[in-house]
Amino acid sequence: MTAPAMRVRASRRFGDCVALADAALEVAAGTVHALCGENGAGKSTLMRVVYGLERADRGELELGERIDLARHGVAQAQARGVGMVHQHGMLVPTLTLADNAALGHEPVRGGRYDRAAAARALVAAAARLGQRLDPDALAGDLTVGEQQRAELAMVAARATRLLILDEPTALLAPREVDALFAMVRAFADGGGAVVLVTHKLDEVMAVADEVTVLRAGRTVASWSAEVTAAEIARAMIGGEPPPPATRAPTPAADAAIALAIEGVAAPGPRGGGAVDVTLRVAAGEVVGVAGVEGNGQRELALAVAGLAPVARGAVAVGGVDVTRATVAARRALGLAHVPEDRHLHGLVQGASVADNVALGRLAEVGRGPLIDRAAVATLTTQLLAAHDVRPADPAARAGALSGGNQQKLVVARELDRPGLRAVLAVHPTRGVDLAASARIHARLRDVAAAGAAVLLIAADLDELLALCHRVVVMHRGALAGELAGAALAAPDARARLGAWMVGATP
Amino acid sequence: MTGRARTIHLTVVALLATMAVGSLLMIVAGASPLHAWGQLLQKTLGERQGFGQVLFRATPLVFTGLAVAVPLRAGLFNIGGEGQLTAAALACAVVAAALPPGLPAPLAVLIATAVAFLAGAAVGAATGAMRIYRGAHEVIVAIGLNAIIAGVALWLGNRSLFVGESTRTATIPAAAQLPELGLAGSNASVSALGALAVAALMAWLLARTRVGFTWRMTGQGLDAARAAGLPVDRARVWAMTVAGGMAGLAGAHFVLGHKHAYEDGLGRGVGFLGIAVALLAQGEALAIIGAALVFGVLGQGGLAIASDVPKEMVDVLQAVVVLVAAASLGRRRA
Repeated sequence: MTAPAMRVRASRRFGDCVALADAALEVAAGTVHALCGENGAGKSTLMRVVYGLERADRGELELGERIDLARHGVAQAQARGVGMVHQHGMLVPTLTLADNAALGHEPVRGGRYDRAAAARALVAAAARLGQRLDPDALAGDLTVGEQQRAELAMVAARATRLLILDEPTALLAPREVDALFAMVRAFADGGGAVVLVTHKLDEVMAVADEVTVLRAGRTVASWSAEVTAAEIARAMIGGEPPPPATRAPTPAADAAIALAIEGVAAPGPRGGGAVDVTLRVAAGEVVGVAGVEGNGQRELALAVAGLAPVARGAVAVGGVDVTRATVAARRALGLAHVPEDRHLHGLVQGASVADNVALGRLAEVGRGPLIDRAAVATLTTQLLAAHDVRPADPAARAGALSGGNQQKLVVARELDRPGLRAVLAVHPTRGVDLAASARIHARLRDVAAAGAAVLLIAADLDELLALCHRVVVMHRGALAGELAGAALAAPDARARLGAWMVGATP
Repeated sequence: MTGRARTIHLTVVALLATMAVGSLLMIVAGASPLHAWGQLLQKTLGERQGFGQVLFRATPLVFTGLAVAVPLRAGLFNIGGEGQLTAAALACAVVAAALPPGLPAPLAVLIATAVAFLAGAAVGAATGAMRIYRGAHEVIVAIGLNAIIAGVALWLGNRSLFVGESTRTATIPAAAQLPELGLAGSNASVSALGALAVAALMAWLLARTRVGFTWRMTGQGLDAARAAGLPVDRARVWAMTVAGGMAGLAGAHFVLGHKHAYEDGLGRGVGFLGIAVALLAQGEALAIIGAALVFGVLGQGGLAIASDVPKEMVDVLQAVVVLVAAASLGRRRA
């Protein structure tokens, strides 16, 4: 056996928080190695140490030879053939792909930037990974998937030893995921090593040769042979995985429409947005909205929630028109909102957990002009216990909670309340660990079973297929297709939805 | 309580930095720091008259400090205290002077104080409305209003309100004048007690009421507060309105408790010093009292040792406090 392409062992603390506790990873040349773990397990931190973005308190690193971690940095990592593709693209949108690729390493001829050489180099790098691209296209004109493939080609052109991909598929449609993984495979077949940071087990099964699992900053398992998704999941969470999500009972055909979106147009700040969306969600029904990020889902959600204006069309909650109503008026009618961005819209990070509960429940804890602090305390304690939010400390700062617990807090406040009629849930389990995701899924199912209409906007098809009675696909601001009932359970459901997501007709 | 610990930590750092810079200046000026600091403390906290003067100086700073602190908690920066104070003081003096004779003292004081509050509040409301409904930054608006109000007040005074050739309005009737506290002939009046009560009221408002809660949540997380349905726009306009009223009370303090008239330059600089007070207090209403006393001691103590050390030293020391507070606040936001 030859020396590994990369071997790392590192410990790192942030204040009281142990991010890495002697986490270890070894990657062989010519393999795709999946690095798995729940959120906060230390996957990204470990890879940032390898790439020189993060300092290790203690540890060792080998990239062909022993590296002095104290002097390690991004420049040193790149010099040793290490490259990293980030979840959110790092391309300059106003430059062409060739210019982006050349940025910082511009080929020069006669003292001038040689744009043609840059374009040739990029096209050649992409071709080695089986990819064709237009070097003169503006990065900003491309879809997220195209941008990511271009970026992968750019990084791979320089990274000869090790390519690190940090959650690369979070924003991609299924077809784009396949295209990305084909490139990853080609890179490994060319002799390079790949670390794929992910918590999606189907991706691991699809593309990885070897798997290492981190939990709470420690390496808990590593396989180079056949392993099942269930084994990986058990290692990730350190116990039995939660049972899969189930669907709420199908509502009666004559169930009242609790949330109606009629021909809504809601432009985004830079154009795009929702163009013309009509969706009626009956009481007890769970309707999913799938789509590649940036096809108007965000604008539609903000318009329904009352946080962005509706340019055209109408929104009604429980039969009452709320197109121009305030957020408070919508909530009073029974609309709950689990926002896409829990840091920005969900919680006041610097305020206490109790204040964050009171924030969405003033109608219950307000007494005229005063706030009943005893009522806030009672409600908070009850919600924290019922929804297993940890730590169950009403005085804790909301921002100090883990991502999963923050989201459980938002879901508890929004969904566990009297008079609930319609729920708008946007990417409710993104960045949330498996156990918390399972709880959130169960909660959405329960409120639907109890008669609330649920509009679930999500990128994860597994989530949508498991929970929804009906799934629509948004593409370029409009609904591109819809599957319901038996068609959702059919084996080709995923492929049909995926095709609509990229604008194709299945 | 991390918030409280931070405030204590900040106060200690600010005091140490002030003493270090002050000692250096005293040495440069040829004075003994030990002696000068001793004198400064003795003449302010060590005797009744000096302490009365400290209270007299701290009182308007409590009001203008609150005028900055309340919007600060709601996510707005009120640097319009100067204009709010001037508008309020002028309105207060003119109305108080025109009160019918024979009005009972409590009623006269109440009316004159209410006029001051409302005049300041009107200026604050205008600033807030410009910010929220027109998108004009409140700092720019306040700078403009400060200049406009200073100009208009002087023009109005010269045109018709000032008495004779003076730059002073008519003296208000005795019924509207606040009694002095009787601290050995110091200028401290019962407005000092009013300042304590108002600071306590603001602390209660922030901690226990719906509007105070809305202010705090809006200031800490505007988008989350909006998403949860809080009336963030209205609340922010109200924060600026109440802030203007607070600065207005500082105007009432000068007119009713000290000068018994409006005169040109009344309370000048006190609005701006309120920013320093609020920063030192980290926007905490009760901590404003302590912060205002620190500035009161520095201001009064500087006068007391003016024979040893140039009086500009006080300005420098106050600025040191502001710098320490600003640096700390910046880190808190980051």
